[in-house]
Amino acid sequence: MITRYPLQTGSNLATLNFISLPSFKGTILLVTYLFRFYLSLKHKIPMLSIRNIVKQYAGHRALSDVSLEVESGQIFGLLGPNGAGKTSLIRIINQITAPDSGEIWFNGEKLNQSHIERIGYMPEERGLYKKMEIGEQMIYLARLKGLSRAEARKRLKYWFEKLEIQDWWSKKVEELSKGMQQKAQFVATVLHNPDLIILDEPFSGFDPVNADVIKDEILELNRKGATILFSTHRMESVEELCNSIALIHQSHKILDGTIKDIRNSYRNDTFLIEYTGPQLILDGSEPFELLEEITDENHIIRIRLNGHTSNQVLQYLLPKVQITRLQEVIPSMHEVFINKVNQIN
Amino acid sequence: MNKVLLIIQREYLSRVKKKSFVVMTLAVPGLILAMYGIIALIYLKSNEINSKHIVRVHDESGIFQGKFHDKKRLVFINADQPIPQSKADLKKNHDDFLLIISNRFPQPNAVQLLSENKPNFNIIDNIKDQMNQIATANSMVEAGIDTAKLNAIRSEVSVNAKQITDKGVEDSNVDATYFAGVAGAILIYISLFIYGSQVMRGVIEEKTTRIIEVIISSVKPFQLMLGKIIGVGMVGLTQFVLWIILSTGVTYIAGGFLMKDHGPAKTEQSVLNKPGISLSAGNAPAAPPSPALGFYNSLQTIHYGYILSCFLFYFITGFLLYSALFAAVGSAVDSETETQQFMFPITMPLLFTYLLSFAFLINNPDSSLAFWLSVIPFTAPVAMMVRVPFGVPDWQLALSATLMIIGFLFTTWVASRIYRVGILMYGKKTSYKELAKWFFYKE
Repeated sequence: MITRYPLQTGSNLATLNFISLPSFKGTILLVTYLFRFYLSLKHKIPMLSIRNIVKQYAGHRALSDVSLEVESGQIFGLLGPNGAGKTSLIRIINQITAPDSGEIWFNGEKLNQSHIERIGYMPEERGLYKKMEIGEQMIYLARLKGLSRAEARKRLKYWFEKLEIQDWWSKKVEELSKGMQQKAQFVATVLHNPDLIILDEPFSGFDPVNADVIKDEILELNRKGATILFSTHRMESVEELCNSIALIHQSHKILDGTIKDIRNSYRNDTFLIEYTGPQLILDGSEPFELLEEITDENHIIRIRLNGHTSNQVLQYLLPKVQITRLQEVIPSMHEVFINKVNQIN
Repeated sequence: MNKVLLIIQREYLSRVKKKSFVVMTLAVPGLILAMYGIIALIYLKSNEINSKHIVRVHDESGIFQGKFHDKKRLVFINADQPIPQSKADLKKNHDDFLLIISNRFPQPNAVQLLSENKPNFNIIDNIKDQMNQIATANSMVEAGIDTAKLNAIRSEVSVNAKQITDKGVEDSNVDATYFAGVAGAILIYISLFIYGSQVMRGVIEEKTTRIIEVIISSVKPFQLMLGKIIGVGMVGLTQFVLWIILSTGVTYIAGGFLMKDHGPAKTEQSVLNKPGISLSAGNAPAAPPSPALGFYNSLQTIHYGYILSCFLFYFITGFLLYSALFAAVGSAVDSETETQQFMFPITMPLLFTYLLSFAFLINNPDSSLAFWLSVIPFTAPVAMMVRVPFGVPDWQLALSATLMIIGFLFTTWVASRIYRVGILMYGKKTSYKELAKWFFYKE
């Protein structure tokens, strides 16, 4: 994991300036820089700090007092049913709309227009100019993000080679299949090397092969230092990719934290035991509660401990059956999600 | 600002590279070329008509005998052979005519004109005119009126229109001014529509392809709207400039060709311009006027530079004013079919002025209605283009120009407030109430 300090080229240059040619401005900048460096060592500055965001639309409330933090270098999952307010929040982070109240801090600075170039955004509703050539279009979009034409072209070549789509360069978008367009869209999102990549439902519309390609690319970008924020309601991808999540439901944040912590906090002493031999006959003296029994080739039982330990269970079972597996059942994110949402409803 | 330039560049290049742009750009000079072709054709045809026709006259009534005057293309001969013989001769000479006037003359159907080919309208007219005059003179003589005295009294009036300007008295050609007014109004009306709806279609395209959200995560909606409007406007200007250059080129070449090849055209023109030309007996034989060439000459009395600069000004400001509204409409709908309800109030003032310019303004360019229409920004582009060729007081032009600029700033402001919300709205059918709500949204 790479920790990013608020070290910008501007202040770097100013520092050099100070060394070669001492000036008042240079001194101030150096002091500021050192102070910020000190701060960043002391507390890791989050990539994104969302504080008490409220967004009200004419008919309904999209976000009520939502606060969350995305650490630098994380892959962060924004979860929630449709219409929960995920896209509203993402649009606010992208400065497409403004919140009614609340603040967003980007890497230790209050979010402003200059951060646009450091964010890459792939909306859920994706699209490109149909009649425009792919290559030209990618360069155009990258230039809107502040890249020079030459730089955009260079990076685009790299990406097209990486994804083996060089022959697309002068094709028009309307000539590509939907999956191909999505791939191109992903390239457009990351071409300007953003520090924060925001993906709204990134896997919707991808076939499994391409979804895997994109997943690998996301992981690689993350390894290279980019922070990823993505929204989804597909729980498998959450557990596979994310370090942390936040769950938004009916405009409220109802849960957030690291995947590990959340799942652990939803442990409920449930274990899975697999055994061979004759079927276990329970007489009521067992130190567990049987939840479910599955019998085909092997016997599998799902139990709840109810205050006992797993060792006590083993002691009880050892003389009776041949145990082949004992495993604690930690609820999947899917179950946590369903559980939590139902709880609210 | 740099990003707006990028957007302008894309909007401009993507449109100028289109085939339809090239076709449109070539079509107008092509039409002008075709117009000259038609003029030349008419001229050549008129030469063909100029070939001499012999009219053999069988006058049984005795009124017309020997009284016909030969014209440039018509020679009247008294037939001294029987009618069947003349009819047989007609078969040999295709260009000849046989005029038979029976002795029942004043009664209907007493006159017959026979020919192998279908007689030309001008020739029939000429013969009819002459016969009318001869018959009238004859009746007068019979009634005891002295025709010599009558001819002396008859006055010939012609109006020579001159216009008083700063530079003194100038020849003014009402026809050409009329034409310039109508042409300016049509051109600005059509081009405001064409380029305005291009902006609208561009906005709808961005919305339906959903690229809009990607783009406004990089630029502000206002920058995108502005870039699009300016880009499309520049496409329009490019087209006009190319039209002007190509048309002038075509005019110059075709005009030179026409003048060189048909030298007499000028003299003919001067004959036409002489006051009181008539086909009355005794006048010098006149060549048939060529209306197309006369029109060509009168076109040259228009002040092109002045009208052109007015046109460009009103195109630019009118385009900015209307295309902002078109952009707002585009942002409010999901497809082009839904634009109808919003297009109506926007296009009303334009259409209203356009229709009125033919029915009223062109005949009353200095009326108070014309004044008001030409200072109200929504109607000014069309109304002013009608008035400009007739001459507009400077203060009115200045007032109208100022209001145009204020007008487009205002509509751009209003439109951008609707646009920024509208582009992110999908699937909802928008009402006017909704638009008003969007306008008052904070951000």
